[in-house]
Amino acid sequence: MSTLAEDILGAPAGSYIDREVDRAFVHDGTGVLTREAWLAMGHGTIAHPERCSVIFDHIVPANNSTTAHLQHELREFAREKGMQFYEGGCGICHQVMGEGNTLPGEIIVGADSHSCTGGAFGAFSTGIGATEMAAIWLSGSTWFKVPSSIGIALEGNLPNNCEAKDVALRYIRMLGMDGGTYKALEFIGDGAKGLTIDSRMVLSNMAVEAGAKAGLFAADKTTKEYLSGFGHSIDVHPPQENTSYEQELSIDLSGMEPLLAVPHRVDTVVPVKEKEGLALDQVFIGTCTNGRYEDLETLAAGVKGQTVQVRTILAPASRRVLERATQSGVLQTILEAGIIVLPPGCGPCLGAHMGVLGEGEVGLSTANRNFKNRMGVGAEYYLSSVATAAASAIHGVITVPGGN
Amino acid sequence: MVLSGTAICLGEDIDTDVIIAGRYLRTKDRSLWAAHALEDLDPTLADRLSGTVIVAGKNFGCGSSREQAPVALKGAGVVAVVAPSFARIFFRNAINVGLPLLEAGGVSCEEGAPVQVSVEEGWVETGGVRTKAAPLSERMNEILAAGGLVEYWRMRR
Repeated sequence: MSTLAEDILGAPAGSYIDREVDRAFVHDGTGVLTREAWLAMGHGTIAHPERCSVIFDHIVPANNSTTAHLQHELREFAREKGMQFYEGGCGICHQVMGEGNTLPGEIIVGADSHSCTGGAFGAFSTGIGATEMAAIWLSGSTWFKVPSSIGIALEGNLPNNCEAKDVALRYIRMLGMDGGTYKALEFIGDGAKGLTIDSRMVLSNMAVEAGAKAGLFAADKTTKEYLSGFGHSIDVHPPQENTSYEQELSIDLSGMEPLLAVPHRVDTVVPVKEKEGLALDQVFIGTCTNGRYEDLETLAAGVKGQTVQVRTILAPASRRVLERATQSGVLQTILEAGIIVLPPGCGPCLGAHMGVLGEGEVGLSTANRNFKNRMGVGAEYYLSSVATAAASAIHGVITVPGGN
Repeated sequence: MVLSGTAICLGEDIDTDVIIAGRYLRTKDRSLWAAHALEDLDPTLADRLSGTVIVAGKNFGCGSSREQAPVALKGAGVVAVVAPSFARIFFRNAINVGLPLLEAGGVSCEEGAPVQVSVEEGWVETGGVRTKAAPLSERMNEILAAGGLVEYWRMRR
């Protein structure tokens, strides 16, 4: 039977196809170049402005007048062209798209590599560059090569001190940084069905760290229920059986332990216990990988009634997440632990502002990339789950969560 | 068309943060990206990229979708990039900004040696050895022949 990627794109793996896109989004970083390229193309038309979103998340609020000016130009452009515009503080583009703006079966492109996050909803959502996005603004469509798929079967239930992020690091270790290049990952099995939407988004989000084009979950009851909270009523079809994957991996969730990606590669993954006791200069919780409500709850549970022993920063993934945490009391717990709370957005993830590390400093982050110098020149960054980040913040050193 | 340059040999998994660091992205000044290309790998590289063919290991251009990465390399004067595989967004971006790429494995690289490539015919030649490269799709060849996607669409006004 066909894969989910083949179903959504409507052609067999290996085919080159042209498709209209259902939604297309840029952020304040890539949008600037997209606008430039669109102007240079000289057509002056936008095929479907209502399908285009401009979401400010990378450097919000602006850090200097150069950034502010670039954002001003893009903001005015988006409004003038009738695009959906999200001001800084609404949230990270992938989270905003995941809050009722991504539906099963849709084809979505984002000018950001983590656009694969939308695969959590059974949409074919993938990242492209700025110039290609400009051509999509202009024409409404683009070309795709239908990818073959790697099936990742998740079985069993996670232990208490593990979460989706540990599973993501596990499959990236298995595949390597390029094991999924030109391919789609499809998360299957009972373990996948049992994951919340927030957790599915973590696994889809990190697909690109294995080089994959998409990270897909079939829409099911959980998807339906989540989207109904945003006023969408979707039909759920029973998943295909006997799908033929190019490659199949299996992960026993019950056998998982907390993991850590060590500098400077996402696929150099070790158990947290191997690095336990390593002194930290900063802990960062947030990003399109781990800044969702579920993550804030995990953080609050990990720091409740205690005080962090190292500079610790939280950037909620969206205003909606922040509001929910405010209403539920989760935010109060986080603040009482001495954690710095940034506005919703990407925060220091890309090393541009608010929480950049200095030379020789060591950080632990719930982000998705630990490339050399990314979050500060001469710094070292480890990647982990939220539970690991919370336990490590409380002790000031890398710590296995759950008191093991 | 046959393109020629001298070889610059790079390793595997060269990521886009290394090609152009995030701290240089907030500008429209393309010369700034060229001036800082590959800086975090070797700060002296940017000045030596003009007229070169980069021969790299697998998964070149992995990481972020930043188009500034191929723009920086092209702006610094890189003629073409040869690697056994490319990260897919980088691959599309490079074609879209008119930077020729050749997906070819087993190319031995000697720093400074002459390298010739043909994108249309799909080959790389260096040290007297010609290696076949994976063919591009018809659309990709059209975009590259136009000089990039902007020019491709300009011609279709």
